[in-house]
Amino acid sequence: MDAMLAEAPAAATDSRRVKISIRGAEKRFGDMVALKGVDLDLYENSFTCLLGPSGCGKSTLLNMIAGFTQPSAGQVLVDGRAVQGPSADRGVVFQEYALFPWRTAIDNVAFGPMLKGMPKAKQREIAKRYLAMVGLAGHESKYPGNLSGGMKQRVAIARALANDPSVLLMDEPFGALDAQTRETLQEEMLRIWEHERKTVVFVTHSISEAIFLADRIVVMATRPGAVKQIFDLDLPRPRERSDADFVRLEKEIKLLVRAEVQKLGVI
Amino acid sequence: MSAEWRKRLSTGGMRCVAILLFLAIWFVVSMGNAHWWKFFNPVLLPTPIEVVKAGIAAWQSGELQDNILASMARVLQGFAIAAIAGVVVGLAVGTWRPLERLVEPMIELLRPIPPLAFLPMMVLWFGIGEMSKIAFIAYAAFFPVFTTTVEGIKYVDPVLLRAASSLGASRADLFRHVVLPAATPSIITGLRLGFGLSFFVIVAAEFIAADSGLGYMINDARTFFMVSQMLLGAVVIGLIGFGVNILLRSVEGWLLRWRVATRG
Ligand SMILES: Nc1ncnc2c1ncn2[C@@H]1O[C@H](COP(=O)(O)OP(=O)(O)OP(=O)(O)O)[C@@H](O)[C@H]1O
Ligand SMILES: [Mg+2]
Repeated sequence: MDAMLAEAPAAATDSRRVKISIRGAEKRFGDMVALKGVDLDLYENSFTCLLGPSGCGKSTLLNMIAGFTQPSAGQVLVDGRAVQGPSADRGVVFQEYALFPWRTAIDNVAFGPMLKGMPKAKQREIAKRYLAMVGLAGHESKYPGNLSGGMKQRVAIARALANDPSVLLMDEPFGALDAQTRETLQEEMLRIWEHERKTVVFVTHSISEAIFLADRIVVMATRPGAVKQIFDLDLPRPRERSDADFVRLEKEIKLLVRAEVQKLGVI
Repeated sequence: MSAEWRKRLSTGGMRCVAILLFLAIWFVVSMGNAHWWKFFNPVLLPTPIEVVKAGIAAWQSGELQDNILASMARVLQGFAIAAIAGVVVGLAVGTWRPLERLVEPMIELLRPIPPLAFLPMMVLWFGIGEMSKIAFIAYAAFFPVFTTTVEGIKYVDPVLLRAASSLGASRADLFRHVVLPAATPSIITGLRLGFGLSFFVIVAAEFIAADSGLGYMINDARTFFMVSQMLLGAVVIGLIGFGVNILLRSVEGWLLRWRVATRG
């Protein structure tokens, strides 16, 4: 493998702290095994992308970390403790935005601080700051119905960040956006992540998006869903999509994913 | 003047034309019949002018106001009971599954029975006074309020619940900050339907068992063959219903201003 890429990690020897640890996790829906034998350690403040064909269990894995569903067997640990349910310390950004349509942009972002019982002025101050961070200063009092898809997802990201979680889980957050908006938001996502430093788990279908963003790419296998291969990237940022290493890696992962898709027999 | 306003004015204008046209047809038919065609006994269809005259007379005697007030008082009381009961029971049933399994079949059994079928029973139970009418309205208006409240709660987008719980919402927070606001449009629709229904049934109730109210006025006019007054009752009910609907719609528009934004 290329010098820029280390092989799958020797986690134990790494000095960085493991933030999320998935041990032998399995998920069954009735007779269907959606995920099987998933072992994965994710370091604190790292940016991980989950990549794989549709139905391989990316969302299921993310939902287990979020605490929306429990594994049928095995464990999902965050900070060494088993995940019991959703928590304010694990922010989630959804593909379908999931903004509260009856709240203005600023009130959506202030939702977390409001639940924490902060005084109104403080809530608004925080919300305003994060809206500005995602480039939406001046749009505070708009309702989600009056925002474009890209703006909605910015509000959703600001809402998750305003709660200051240590983990940020994103399920195809840019999947519904046009290519232009998508690239802009990828760049901004990196800028914010470098500034805020959170442990990010980011699900995507796009190989180039994963290579552009991630420290680590987890390529998943299907039938049953499992970890197929892990890539640790140390390409310097900002990454250039036309860069030789970028292109080479893209090709390699494309072949891997294609093999999985062909296993499904539907294309 | 903006295009928006021009559009509003032109639709408003169309409405006025439609109403005037309706009055004109009514006038021509009744006048024409009385003086030229003599298809039916002219007493059967008074002209709009006669109805207005009957209205002025009834107003001057104070009878019209009394009847309007009597009907409105019953509607408001009955509807208030229905609204509170419908929303409360609806919220409980919508959030608590076991209760839903218990209550839903009962409601489904009662709902297809026209409320009017129970009116004689209500008179039997609550007597001929105000109580029977109020109970009857409350019963009739309960169903739309209840049903829409339950629907509204059931169809809350689960991804919104997930979003809120990942932001740290407790069960009580979810109910207050997600379920309730998400169900509000549906509940308001139910309230509007319930209010309309209250109006509907009060007239029928007053036909049967009342000594005041607009329904009573119509029925009383029938026994004395005062057709103008019968029509007057109908017209007044129509006007009140029209006004109340406008009022409720503007309240709805204000409460749901975010939804207007969504529609664009
Ligand atoms: N609640 C559920 N009940 C039954 N089966 C489910 C449920 N959730 C997911 N599955 C199944 O589990 C498998 C994995 O689903 P999942 O949504 O995690 O895939 P995914 O990788 O996120 O796919 P996509 O890329 O299309 O979002 C699929 O076969 C799906 O049909
Ligand atoms: Mg998915």
